[in-house]
Parts: sequence; C-alpha cells; structure tokens
Amino acid sequence: MTRLADGAIARLREAATWPALPPDRYEIRRPLGRGGMGTVYAAWDRRLEREVAIKVSNAAAPSSDLETRLRQEARVLAHLEHPGVVPVHDAGVLEDGRWFYVMKYVRGDTLPQHIAALAGEAAVLGVFERIAETVAFAHAAGVVHRDLKPSNVMVGAFGEVLVLDWGVAKVLAATTTPESSSTTPESSVGTGTASGTRIGTPGFMAPEQERGDASTAGPAADVYSLGALLYWLLTATPAPASAEAITRGLSGLQPRPSRRLRAIVVRCLEDAPAGRYADAAALVADLQRYRAGLAVLAHPESVFERAGRFAARYRTFILLVAAYLIMRAVFAWLQRR
Amino acid sequence: MNKPVLGLLLGAVLGAFDGLTALVSAPETAPQIMGIVIGSTCKGLIVGALVGWYASRVRSLGKGMLVGLVVSAFFAFLIAAMPNEQGGHYWLEIMIPGSIVGLIVGYATQTFGRARVPA
Repeated sequence: MTRLADGAIARLREAATWPALPPDRYEIRRPLGRGGMGTVYAAWDRRLEREVAIKVSNAAAPSSDLETRLRQEARVLAHLEHPGVVPVHDAGVLEDGRWFYVMKYVRGDTLPQHIAALAGEAAVLGVFERIAETVAFAHAAGVVHRDLKPSNVMVGAFGEVLVLDWGVAKVLAATTTPESSSTTPESSVGTGTASGTRIGTPGFMAPEQERGDASTAGPAADVYSLGALLYWLLTATPAPASAEAITRGLSGLQPRPSRRLRAIVVRCLEDAPAGRYADAAALVADLQRYRAGLAVLAHPESVFERAGRFAARYRTFILLVAAYLIMRAVFAWLQRR
Repeated sequence: MNKPVLGLLLGAVLGAFDGLTALVSAPETAPQIMGIVIGSTCKGLIVGALVGWYASRVRSLGKGMLVGLVVSAFFAFLIAAMPNEQGGHYWLEIMIPGSIVGLIVGYATQTFGRARVPA
C-alpha cells in the first residue's frame, strides 16, 4: 500500500470541508479567502468552461444573520451593474441549506498590494476616481457600502478597479434602482445594524459608524471612508482624527499636495456628515474639477490663488505669448538704438 | 470650437497683431502698414488653417507645435524674402516672431480645440 504524504493528507482533509456544490455545474478548485460572512472559493464552471469565484455562507443555520447578509449582498451586487462592481453570474442553495453565489473570478491585486505601483499624484487620483465613481453609482442606486477600505478594493490585471465586499451595504429607503426601476424598502445587509452596533473598519469608518449609529449612516459615511482611502493612498497611513493632523500629514508629503487637494481630503473627513460632500457623486465632480485645473468647491480661492492656478494651467501658452512679446520688444529696442 | 476653426481665427488675429507690431519694430514701414497687416493676416489664416487641419487629424502636442513652427517659419520666410524699399530684408524681425506665432497656434489648436466626435 502506498503511503500518502502529509501535505496530500492535509489537502484531502481541507477538500473534505469544501461545500457540496452542484457537481454537474461547479467544481471547487481551491479556497481564496475566508471572511466573517462567507468563504470564497475558486471554482470551475463546467457548463461555461470558465473559472469563477463562489462565495458560500459560513452560517450554520439557513435563517441566520450571516445567511441573510450573504443573500442580500448577492442581490445588491446583482443590481449594481457597473464596471467597478464584480458581476454576479448565479446564486443557489447547497444541500445543507446554505446560500452561495457565483461571481466573476477577478485576477489582480488588492489596493495595499498595488499601491507601490502607483507612482505620482496623477496615478493615485486616477485609481481613486474610479473607486469613487463606483461608489457614486451605488449611491445613485440607493446603496451605501459602509465598509470602504484598501483591502476592499482590487485592481485587476488590466488596470480595472473593483470595489469588493458589499456584505454590510445598506439599501436606502424608496430608492429607484437604475435597472429595475422598482422601489425597495430600507434594509441593511445583515441584521447587525441596530443602533449601537459598529459597522465598518476602524481608521476608515465615519464617526457616526464609530459611535455605533449605523442606522443613520448614509452616503456621507461612504464619503468619509473615501476621504480616508484617499488620505491612505497619498500618505500610506490611516487618516488621523483631527482636521489639523490631517492637514499636517498631507503638508508633510514630498511633493506636497496642492491646497485644493488637501481641502478635498479634509472636506471628506469632516466629523459632521453635513460638512462633507453630500455623496460620492459630489466628491467625484470636485475631484474632476481639481484634475482639470479648475477651482474646487472644497476650497474658496483668493484672487492670488486663482491667478496662480490660471498661470499653472496655461503655463506653456503664457510662456509662448511672453516669448513673442519679448522678441517684439527686443527688435523694437534694437531698431531705436 | 473645433480645431480648424480655432486655427483660422487665432491665425487671423495673431497675424493681424503681428503685422501691426511693424509700427513699433520697424516704424519706417508705417506708410505700408495696411498692406503689411493684410498680408500678415492672410499668412496667419493660411498657417492657422493648415495647423488646425493637422490638429484635427493628429492628436499630439509636440507634433502639433512642430508643424505650427515649420509652416509658420516657411511663410514668414517667404514674406521676409521680399526686399524692402532699400533692398534690405527683415529676416529676423519677421521670421522669429512669426515662428513663435506658429508655435502658439499649434499649441492652442492641440490644447483648446475640440476634437472631432467619431460618427
């Protein structure tokens, strides 16, 4: 009799714990990661002959909170048809009653793995804008993510930016989704959102989430998390609590971000939701103004700042006109000598 | 504004202004100023049209400015090659500022002109 190696036995033991998916449809290849709500596996879709990712509930009982949360996450993802959201292909129930859903298998790095490849402010803002655009789309569809953080963002092999883990997302009341045009009652993914429950990740969650006031956390809470994410992208450290420390942290960078960009970050990270951008779309609009060299809402400019921004934006044009005028002045001066 | 139209307008305005500056850089040309301005405006129109047309075909700031420089310098050379009443030439006075005008038109059409929307 042949003895099996320890590694092979360990793999067999692990495989024995894998869920029993419909055998004619999916074949589990390997586990990709385990979260609080579910475990994600890489699998082979036999029918369509492609690799997929399958998230299976960790719940012991079919009616548990985790089960409800996973189901809701699948539905939220299915409604959010956007390049920045991983598409859901299928969903179903295992023989033991647990839910699973099948999504695109994304090849790439999480943001913490990818950050070293982001050289310069333009590259950082390019990625950040795509994250914010995805969140803006979700807000327009009445969905608040509530757990935006670097590890929940993935950059694909072709540069595509995906916002992951919508497991604690909240569907706002009476919201028209772009696809279905139906109204949905207010609900949270999962049931752990009662008053006093903290939803989110420390360092990236809004103060109202930190206080356990999850039920009132709306789009402005995501704006706070986006601000914390932008601060992290710029400094590689989590955002401090006070506005002074945030400004100090950004001002200490080399090269130093402009005053307008610092103001955008500070505006996102305001303690009071009313002090922030109303939603991610407003943030995206201001960010796009910044990137186009225009004035931003987050920072009222003085006349000198406006002139400086104008000169920086049209520097080449101004230099060419100045060169022309100088040449004309030189020839006039030579003529009079 | 689309690129050829922007090139035409900018070429005409800068050409006219360039012609008028002859009053400062070469005051002895004052009696012929009307002809100089008209000629310079026509030169600016032709350069602007060519550079604007190129900008609508090729989206490259460097190439656009180079084309502006070369085309403008060529037309400035043709004008500078015409002798004045004393038989002399204003080579530098015409060619250097004229070439810079071409650079400006090349830059402006590439940067500020609206690209064609594919049908």
